[in-house]
Amino acid sequence: MDDLISEFIAECREMLEALGGEIVAWEASPDDRARLDSIFRFVHTVKGNCGFFDFPRLEALSHAAEDALAEVRAGRRQPDGPLVSAVLAVIDRIAEMIAALDAGEDISTGDDSILIHALEQGAETPAAPVATTVAEAQSKAVAPRTIRLSVELLDRLMSGVSDMVLARNELARRLREAPGDVAVDGAFERLSSIIADMRDAITRTRMQRIENLFVALPRMVRDLSAELGKQVLVDIEGGDVELDREMIEMIRDPLTHIIRNAVDHGIELPAERLKAGKREIGILSVSARQSGNQILIDIQDDGRGINGKKLVEKAIAAGVIEKSDASDLDPREQLALIFEAGLSTAKAVTAISGRGVGMDVVRSNIERIGGIVEVDSTLGAGTRMTLRVPLTLTIIPALTVSVAGQSFAIPRSAIDEIVRANGESVTLEKLGGAGVATIRGRRVPEIALADVLGLKSDIPELERSLVVLRPAGADVYALAVDRIHDHEELVVKPAAPAVMATGLYAGTTLADDGSPILLFDPAGIAQVGGVKLESHDRAARIVDAPIAAVEVDTPVLLFHGLDGGRRAMRLAIVDRIEEVPATAIRPGAGQLRVQLGEAILPLAGVNGDLPSEKVRLFRLNDGTCEIGYAFREVIDLSAIAHDIIPAEHPGEVSAVSLVAGEPAELVDPHWLFSTFLTAAERLPEQPVCRLPADDPWMQNMLRPIVEAAGYRVVSEADEYEVDLAILSEASSGDLTAARIIRLRSEPDPASAKDETIYRYDRAALLTALKPAGAGRR
Amino acid sequence: MAELLLIVTIGGERVALPAAAVESVVELDTLIPVPRAAPHVAGLSALRSRVLTVIDCMRSLELGVTDCSDGIREAAVVELDGHHYALIVDLVEDVVEVLSEPAIVRAAMGEGWERVSKGMVETEQGPILLIDIAALVSGVEVKAA
Repeated sequence: MDDLISEFIAECREMLEALGGEIVAWEASPDDRARLDSIFRFVHTVKGNCGFFDFPRLEALSHAAEDALAEVRAGRRQPDGPLVSAVLAVIDRIAEMIAALDAGEDISTGDDSILIHALEQGAETPAAPVATTVAEAQSKAVAPRTIRLSVELLDRLMSGVSDMVLARNELARRLREAPGDVAVDGAFERLSSIIADMRDAITRTRMQRIENLFVALPRMVRDLSAELGKQVLVDIEGGDVELDREMIEMIRDPLTHIIRNAVDHGIELPAERLKAGKREIGILSVSARQSGNQILIDIQDDGRGINGKKLVEKAIAAGVIEKSDASDLDPREQLALIFEAGLSTAKAVTAISGRGVGMDVVRSNIERIGGIVEVDSTLGAGTRMTLRVPLTLTIIPALTVSVAGQSFAIPRSAIDEIVRANGESVTLEKLGGAGVATIRGRRVPEIALADVLGLKSDIPELERSLVVLRPAGADVYALAVDRIHDHEELVVKPAAPAVMATGLYAGTTLADDGSPILLFDPAGIAQVGGVKLESHDRAARIVDAPIAAVEVDTPVLLFHGLDGGRRAMRLAIVDRIEEVPATAIRPGAGQLRVQLGEAILPLAGVNGDLPSEKVRLFRLNDGTCEIGYAFREVIDLSAIAHDIIPAEHPGEVSAVSLVAGEPAELVDPHWLFSTFLTAAERLPEQPVCRLPADDPWMQNMLRPIVEAAGYRVVSEADEYEVDLAILSEASSGDLTAARIIRLRSEPDPASAKDETIYRYDRAALLTALKPAGAGRR
Repeated sequence: MAELLLIVTIGGERVALPAAAVESVVELDTLIPVPRAAPHVAGLSALRSRVLTVIDCMRSLELGVTDCSDGIREAAVVELDGHHYALIVDLVEDVVEVLSEPAIVRAAMGEGWERVSKGMVETEQGPILLIDIAALVSGVEVKAA
């Protein structure tokens, strides 16, 4: 029985966890049947199970909620605010009871009648008081499925594993020097991969998606706004940004405080909002993103904004600033006053945000972890708070490059693309000593990393690689490096002040071999390198130099496919354009084939109806094989002069690009050939041999030998491309066969040139059969 | 127990570092240079998966440049504001007890020494100059700024 109960508890818990977001989402769109159903399913499951276990309180609660939700499902009732609140209250109570059950407490006493009453239609009783226990109940519910570890222990684990990696590398070096024993090498390889996995796992234990912090926000805002009689919509973005676990804990309280402030003081009551010409529903957007070596969290509301002048008056009254200084403050400095201790612009101290501790505490908390809080506000239009916290211990994907023999890392988030300096679409020019790279028609400033660092690179300029960088929110520039090495996920630590003072680096990290690597700050490099960054993408695009562009760009044939789609085919692989009667196209060996003169080719591009009379097709040639590609009409000869946006999945279309001013799909010839040719050759698994069906000798005497040699035997009726055809002397040639063996009935050849084989010369026959069979394997 | 001092030699001079601040004494082998950093930053090195910023004490004291080309160098590892530094010294000699409070050195020292001096302390081995590690780490440039 105990087992069953714990299973029930675990199941409820899982459902509760999954349900958290659903409820609020349901409230936002009450017509969302799927959400309603999943909530209904939960209460239904609870009801069913607790009848069995004899938990009358749980049963009564879930029963009442089920009834109410069933009404909604049947369309007899609208899911209005009070109902949602009541259902939420019931679910919270259920969560509390389940937590109590798990702790072995008695849940038989207690009164749920208020909650049940609230579920009834037209009920007046507000279910709000319950909301305050929500966070507690939820955390209780989650707790037993995780364990708490001190970050210190994790640190120790991590440094232990890192040491292990170093020891492994040392061992690897020794193993390379000493004469190898295969068994030892194998064991070491295994150990090595286990250590790598473990390091990965340990590193990740310290990292958490910021989502974990954000996931509780919608519910918090919902409860808060219900309490205040406001309507607030929360918009969350960037939950996949990873942050050190400790960092997440450190910003939890400041973030909560800022959001409470925004809902409490920022966003107005619906009536006020309407009066101010805004939508009734206030919007609170919370977003996280990584910018250079910082994580930025923006909390933006469209509320009343902060009145800087009032703030100044208050600050003078509170003695924070002197009257004489007040007039010197610019608007930004006025707003910054909210971070001073003892200032609050709210008329009344409310239970929600004004508790004596204010933004000064928020600021000091954030500053303690090396972060900054910024505020920006427009009176009447809203407020934006930005938390900037350092990237400390954040794993960032990086590209390692080297210059003058030394390795460095570049954060991958800043990398736009990588091109070779001597690539076809790249030209380098010097203008008054400054480098300008033209990459596919786009001019970007170019600097050499070696120059920025004051190192001497012995790689000629044209053999370097260009890393096109886009520092956060700024313009692109190209950085010439000697060599590109690898993509690595690095745990970045802040560097010592003396190193950071250069402005070039965002931190240090350890490479896999245990040696330190410096991580660049792309914006810093640009600054030190003298590149003027403009805040927006204004890279000079060449508008009227198509002639130059065509020369370096890939020429393509622009055409309409059978389905009407605008596509482009690389000109180089189009052998010629053919027009065939529709009757030349027919299915054969599992796919459409087209007969072109004496060849039968697989036919691609049939994604619409085939024209009834004449079909036009490209004859594509990869050098050895050919396939046909049907289309409706050719538009023009053009060139890809713009950025190529690759397709997400491999398929007939590899990318989309602007061709002759309009988007066109780029056909992927590799995919065509790999798909259509393998299909063509996969069908006959074995080599195929054609024997005349009407020749009894061949069918009865020869066929067993041919089949024993590994061939599949077909007759003329089958339209396969065969590997071998065996014919008698007299019959005409088989055009589709790769090889032909002719048999003669006389033992002696008729002439010296005669390559026929005597029909009973078994050895010669087997020898002739072998090559094809061997070639196919 | 009296405070302990680590006696090291920098530029041929015997000086003392507060032993409590020194985590360990290591032999550095690899040194990754930091382009564009202040000259007294000799580079980066790794110690048990931590990155050490290596400080060339000779340069910090404007006494010249430590020759790191021959490979292994002795260094004292200290922690300052959460960062780990390795201070390259000529030699690590001994640990001794402090017998007195630091007293001002009244005679004129070299400019570099003057900057990092915390005064003179008495030990069993006679008077010795006590070094301010933070000043040693920050070097000339930061001081000037």
